[in-house]
Amino acid sequence: MLMRKLTRAALVTTGVIAILAGTANAQDKVKVTFLFDNAPSTVAMAEALATAFEAKHPNIDIETESRPGGADGDNLIKTRLATGEMADVFLYNSGSLFQAINPTQNLVDLTSEPFQANVIDSFKSVVTGTDGKVYGAPIGTAMGGGILYNIPIYKELGLTPPKSWAEFMANNEKIKAAGKTAVIQSFGETWTSQLFVLGDFYNVLAADPSFPADYTAGKAKYATTPAAMKGFERQEEIFKGGYLNEDFAAATFPDGVTKVATGEGAHYPMLSFAVANIKELAPENINDVGFFAIPGDDASNNGLTTWMPSGLYIPTTSKHQAEAKEFIAFVASIEGCDVQTASAGAAGPYLVKDCKLPADVPPVVADLLPYFQEGGHSAPALEFLSPIKGPALEQITVEVGSGIRSAADGAALYDEDVKKQAQQLGLPGW
Amino acid sequence: MAVAVAEGSVPIANPRRKSRTAGLYPSWFYLPAAIIFAVLFMLPTFASLFFSLTRWSLQKADFIGLDNFVQFFREPFLFQGLVNTLIYGTVTSASKVVLGLLLALLLTSDIFGRGYLRAVVFFPVLVSTVGVGITFTAMMHPTQGLINETLASIGIKGPGWLTDPRFALYSVALVDVWKGVGLATVIYIAGIVSIPLEYYEAAKIDGATSWQRFWTVTLPLVQPATATVIILSFIGGLRSFDLIWAMTKGGPGFTSDVIASVIYKQYQAGFYGLSTAGNVVLFIMVALLAVPLSMFLNRKEVDR
Repeated sequence: MLMRKLTRAALVTTGVIAILAGTANAQDKVKVTFLFDNAPSTVAMAEALATAFEAKHPNIDIETESRPGGADGDNLIKTRLATGEMADVFLYNSGSLFQAINPTQNLVDLTSEPFQANVIDSFKSVVTGTDGKVYGAPIGTAMGGGILYNIPIYKELGLTPPKSWAEFMANNEKIKAAGKTAVIQSFGETWTSQLFVLGDFYNVLAADPSFPADYTAGKAKYATTPAAMKGFERQEEIFKGGYLNEDFAAATFPDGVTKVATGEGAHYPMLSFAVANIKELAPENINDVGFFAIPGDDASNNGLTTWMPSGLYIPTTSKHQAEAKEFIAFVASIEGCDVQTASAGAAGPYLVKDCKLPADVPPVVADLLPYFQEGGHSAPALEFLSPIKGPALEQITVEVGSGIRSAADGAALYDEDVKKQAQQLGLPGW
Repeated sequence: MAVAVAEGSVPIANPRRKSRTAGLYPSWFYLPAAIIFAVLFMLPTFASLFFSLTRWSLQKADFIGLDNFVQFFREPFLFQGLVNTLIYGTVTSASKVVLGLLLALLLTSDIFGRGYLRAVVFFPVLVSTVGVGITFTAMMHPTQGLINETLASIGIKGPGWLTDPRFALYSVALVDVWKGVGLATVIYIAGIVSIPLEYYEAAKIDGATSWQRFWTVTLPLVQPATATVIILSFIGGLRSFDLIWAMTKGGPGFTSDVIASVIYKQYQAGFYGLSTAGNVVLFIMVALLAVPLSMFLNRKEVDR
């Protein structure tokens, strides 16, 4: 009896010591927190990067945390930066949304970090603050904003990817006549409604090259620039044509992706990063989805509106800046690209020099790459050429796209919205 | 909360009252409450008044006078939001009064399992609003939702409850009523059981029908309960946010936006000064509507 008690006591004691030793061990590690958005593809990529980095750096423990995307995410990022609660490394958009988080005050300058030598200049320009310093490094790949299409439907009806808006509408008419849904919309998640406006920017720029500068200076408006108005008008045209899926007002982004992959609808206006979500949601249909740029009036000048990838940033409040920089350097290396490709699949070209794409990319990516390569036509989206993006665009495009508001009215409303953002940013001329 | 500030400041501002109560306790006794009041209520109230006059980035604030208020009233969705807020407050408040009184009558009668049924009516009040919102959003899905699938099985094509701009606001109001009617019922039950039975007996002896007994005895004598229900649910409806945000986020587009959701969107977008100005507007509007309403309802009570 006594013996048993003693043994138990001994066991308990060793147990306690083991636990204490365990904690002591964990405390030696530097804990670096890493915040990213909760899109399934981002989560897979971020977790894989953290694991790969920890394997190389046993003294650093990356603690991952996901956050909502869209406007809720913007809010969370701004609030956490302002209250000094931001994670040591965080993922956030480049371009105009990056400008809205007050980088010169909130972020650590990464201009002279050695890894920047391998970052392509076009990316650096979209994470540069008003003081000319570079504050971020790329994560993920460049994307295109265009139309995902279902290849089996195109084959069945003998269609070819359109080069002009008229051809696109003719295709829609044939698809509708065949009793199928021509265009998928997913207004249940409002951010998905903006593609007809934002993805049309290549065509805007082709018609009016000075638009970004005039718009930033408060001189050019959407409602009074015919080329810029087109995006709103086309969204209205699609609704009036009766091409939409029955549940367009309630469908979510995963619904939209699944529909275009499984052939429940023929076209889904979306950013090409959705290819990672197709892989996740309908892996057996990954080869059934192709991609083309949103066509303009002129078939001879057909080009793609491109999106830069998100950046990784370090807040000035971080207590582990050296370790955070090591992690960022790892992500923006060739090794980091390979981890990203393996975990989430490459959705387009990387912004790190010499990062290779695998030979057998899905059709969406294969269709996308020619626009980026020599001889292809592409232009960055407006949010990378101007710091101003109005926050209410997604609600406005939902209204225009569901026939609640006219295109002209929507464009005028967006001009008002843009004005508020410009004033908040303190830009001259507003 | 802000209303409490206005009322709470009266004893301090009024020297006569102060002298009457000052003798009761030593002044240090008031200190903890005074500090809490000053730090947690007075300071934020004045700070928000100040920040509503600035363009604020949480880190720096530029004074811009009344521009935020001008902008807020020029906000194209604001007028719609104002109208929606009034519709929402009125519809939910009126429905809760009518349904709450009817349910209270049922649940004060000699009905089988009365205690259990009273609990059942109150349960939705206890459930998380966001949970209720998400559940009903799924049930009200235009094609795959339980409601429209049930309607479809008997051959009716249900509307897009939350996606049709004509219905979205009312659908949310309906869920609000379902969730909040339990509280109104409980208040009415308390009001009804406190009516002395003698009145009913006297009315019966005088030959009053049950309809007359309800109309002339019950209804006038539950007036205090009615006033409470109207005030609580109307103010609640005016500042309602959580259910609307969970169900429609003000959508489709801006069609079910109320003032609170417009304010939240400005905050989300990083327009902190503008959203603070919106909160000041909301406070003033609730005060302007609720104070006269409360005075009117309470005067009626005294008259009788």
